Amino acid sequence: MKNLLILLFCLLPGFSYAGEAIDMADDPVLEKRMIGLAENLRCLVCQNESLASSRSELAEDLRREVREQMQKGLTDQEIIDYLVSRYGDFVLFDPPVKSYTLLLWYGPFALLLAGLAGLVFQLSKRNNKVSEARLSAEDEQRAAAMLNPPEDSPKD
Amino acid sequence: MMRYILPFVVFMVLAVFLFIGLGLNPHEVPSPLINKPAPAFTLPQLHDPSRQFSSQNMKGQVWLLNYWASWCAACKTEHPVFMALARQNIVPIYGVDYKDKRENGQAWLRDGGDPYVLSVSDMDGRTGIDYGVYGVPETYLIDKEGVIRYKQIGAVTQQILQEKILPLVAELQAK
Repeated sequence: MKNLLILLFCLLPGFSYAGEAIDMADDPVLEKRMIGLAENLRCLVCQNESLASSRSELAEDLRREVREQMQKGLTDQEIIDYLVSRYGDFVLFDPPVKSYTLLLWYGPFALLLAGLAGLVFQLSKRNNKVSEARLSAEDEQRAAAMLNPPEDSPKD
Repeated sequence: MMRYILPFVVFMVLAVFLFIGLGLNPHEVPSPLINKPAPAFTLPQLHDPSRQFSSQNMKGQVWLLNYWASWCAACKTEHPVFMALARQNIVPIYGVDYKDKRENGQAWLRDGGDPYVLSVSDMDGRTGIDYGVYGVPETYLIDKEGVIRYKQIGAVTQQILQEKILPLVAELQAK
């Protein structure tokens, strides 16, 4: 019985499943071009992963689609346009400048300008507040005495 | 006083925006296909692969196109909703068995009931890519001219059906 159990446990690793090998195009140049393009595209299943690195089934299907379109001779831009027409701008990691992404693209600069304007305004206001103080003749003498002490003053 | 109120107002505005952001579901990607012609497809029927079904046959009808699969958990919650809808005969439902083994798809309909007028199988998911499917179930409402008018990502619930899909179906059928 014990031996049988040991034998059974020995067989266990046989169950582990490593998944299918990811298919590759025969043409390494095309594969490289596909990966280059897919790195800038988002996988819609695991949203922060690129289409190039994702192992989801949809990503594999989409890589196959991109590969096939490249074989048909479509340009990178045409393939990107095709995917955007199906899945929307969301597939692009780099969102295009459009009316509703203006805030995204230029918002930080607007905030920077607003901050600078606020700073200049505050500083000019402060400048007006500072008034030059006039010293009386007596105070001036005292100040001079403090700033230029006599040579024979004791030093510690 | 102003020096306290202004930062507070700025903080509140930011907090409201962030709070709204928390409630958004990043998995609901708006489809660019809404109000665009539904991509045409011709696929083998699930029950009889020797016969083809073409989406062109549906011109002149308002219909629902539902992507499902036997391996899809959310499809099980959606299934009774479609069963009830099919009994009411309001709008025909066509199914696409997405990336599924034919026998599994057939068994799923045999065991759970078949709400579909007809199902086709999209084994390699190519039609799915054309429709921008990124996870089943997804359901499209297509009008008489073959234009997609609504897309439901995830399971159709009774509430979504009553509040969104059926009013739109009635409106499109009246056209």
